[in-house]
Amino acid sequence: MRFTEVLAFAVRGVTANKLRSSLTTLGIMIGVASVILLIAVGNGASQSVQQSIAGLGTNVLTISPQRAQAGSSTKPLTTADAKALADPVEAPAVKSASPVASTSATAAHADVSYSISQFIGTDPAYFSTTNSAVAQGALFTADDLAQGRKVVVIGATVATQLFPSSSPVGQAVLVNNIPFTVVGVLATKGSSGLQDADDTAVAPLSTVQNALTGYGSLSQIVVQATSADTISAAQAQVTTILDGRHKIGFGATADYRVLSQEQLLTARTATTDTFTVLLASVAAISLLVGGIGVTNIMLVTVTERIREIGIRKAVGARRGAILGQFLLEATMLSLFGGLLGVAAGFIGARFTIAGITPVIVPSSVLLAFAVSALIGLFFGSYPASRAARLRPIEALRHE
Amino acid sequence: MTAPVIEVRDLRKTYGTGDTAVHALRGLDLTVARGDYLAIMGASGSGKSTLLNILGCLDVPTSGRYLLDGIDTVEFGEAQLGILRNRKIGFVFQSFNLIPRTSALANVELPLVYAGVRRAERRARAMAALRLVGLDDRAHHRPNELSGGQQQRVAIARALVTAPAIVLADEPTGNLDTRSSQDVMGILDALNASGRTVVLITHEDDVAAHAHRVVRVVDGHIAQGVPA
Repeated sequence: MRFTEVLAFAVRGVTANKLRSSLTTLGIMIGVASVILLIAVGNGASQSVQQSIAGLGTNVLTISPQRAQAGSSTKPLTTADAKALADPVEAPAVKSASPVASTSATAAHADVSYSISQFIGTDPAYFSTTNSAVAQGALFTADDLAQGRKVVVIGATVATQLFPSSSPVGQAVLVNNIPFTVVGVLATKGSSGLQDADDTAVAPLSTVQNALTGYGSLSQIVVQATSADTISAAQAQVTTILDGRHKIGFGATADYRVLSQEQLLTARTATTDTFTVLLASVAAISLLVGGIGVTNIMLVTVTERIREIGIRKAVGARRGAILGQFLLEATMLSLFGGLLGVAAGFIGARFTIAGITPVIVPSSVLLAFAVSALIGLFFGSYPASRAARLRPIEALRHE
Repeated sequence: MTAPVIEVRDLRKTYGTGDTAVHALRGLDLTVARGDYLAIMGASGSGKSTLLNILGCLDVPTSGRYLLDGIDTVEFGEAQLGILRNRKIGFVFQSFNLIPRTSALANVELPLVYAGVRRAERRARAMAALRLVGLDDRAHHRPNELSGGQQQRVAIARALVTAPAIVLADEPTGNLDTRSSQDVMGILDALNASGRTVVLITHEDDVAAHAHRVVRVVDGHIAQGVPA
């Protein structure tokens, strides 16, 4: 009794009822495809987040305000704080510190109006700190900042929305009804997670505070360290200076927060990892349901074919041969479903899903496929062992 | 004279226990010599089917001795009985018991597959067996494309393809019309004439008349032996 013969029996068993076999296969296929695809979506989301954060540069610290402990006062981040941080004596590891005031604003040109999600007021150093390159025109200058000129550099998304056919450079836009002149367009950066990094406009801080946000607190201070190696030194110096200026005592909770790109990356990655795990467990459940479908169909198959099993045993089939035949039938169903599922997963990953480009994780393909093969063995073993245990005389009497 | 193919001593089979126990066989003795052609007759419920199932190693006795071709089968487990069924016994059922959706040839090949015979040899032997029952031109037909008589002839081909020590037939003509019955009995007669030992169960006298020897089972005993 050789393997090929058992295989031939199993092939005949599977092809005997094509509709039923293909429906069972479909269950496994959906399970495997969703495991591959949903993990790919999670992975795609996390990769785009990582790329956008890495795009900001590895030597950048972001300081943002945070609520202090109850009882102690919360001082806002100010332009003076930013100036103090740029002091080459107190903070030698800091190359530049850009104050950032951001708001959302509605921009209009001709009869088109567009709501910009991030309208940023800052200084010219911000562009190099955040790796923002100019695609058309020029960036605004220190002089523009000093004079409080109403000039703006717009992101690629804003440019295409407001100036679909003409060059934006030199054109006038109304930002919350205040006229600005577009001096440049930023090169595209792509989306960071669910946020479009190109849906932005950058203007001199003095202008933005004067026209839009007022002279209150800053939303952020973006600090560039002299190099990637001095980032921790810069973080220490920034903390010392701000603790002094904000009168934060030893052990007290600060009213600001300093985050390096690495910390930001860790935080964001943790979020997307949770997201991926959630998606993967939903997919795993559908794979499990598919597996139960295999058990169900194999139980029906065994019950239907009790007489056939009796005949085979009567002419001398050993227990192992019957067990092997039904296990192989189950494994073939799930393996075939697994193969189709891998194909469906790869096809599905070519499309953008909910704004995320899925990136297939090779190990997930391997895992899903291996699990589908094991499902056949695992979920097929109960029906198969039931078939193998049947006594020939009883199986033959079965109608 | 060689050893008998079948030697049964004090065979007992009891179903159930206690008050509800049914004694199908109550100490039955039977010897079947090589080349014999035996018909077992008996009323329904007399235990003749139980006897044939035990002779065919499909069932095991509660007690007693059963020597098949000189082999004591009483201590055998399920796996060894399977080997015995495969090597020593050809079984023909009343209801044919062919595997559906599978060609006549593949049905006949089945015991050889489980015996581990190679494909080419298997095919040749199965075709030879089909030729013997006059169905080599129907080798690729499925059971549902064959008449009852033809299906039973395929079943006989399957029973003799392994060259077994004995062919057991459980009412082989029970589901057949007179014409087909004659065909089937003709084949069994020819098998016996060529030296094969045949034991069959029947309740029809004209079928039993084909045999050399008839025994009657009454209440789990052999009632009378009539030498031919």
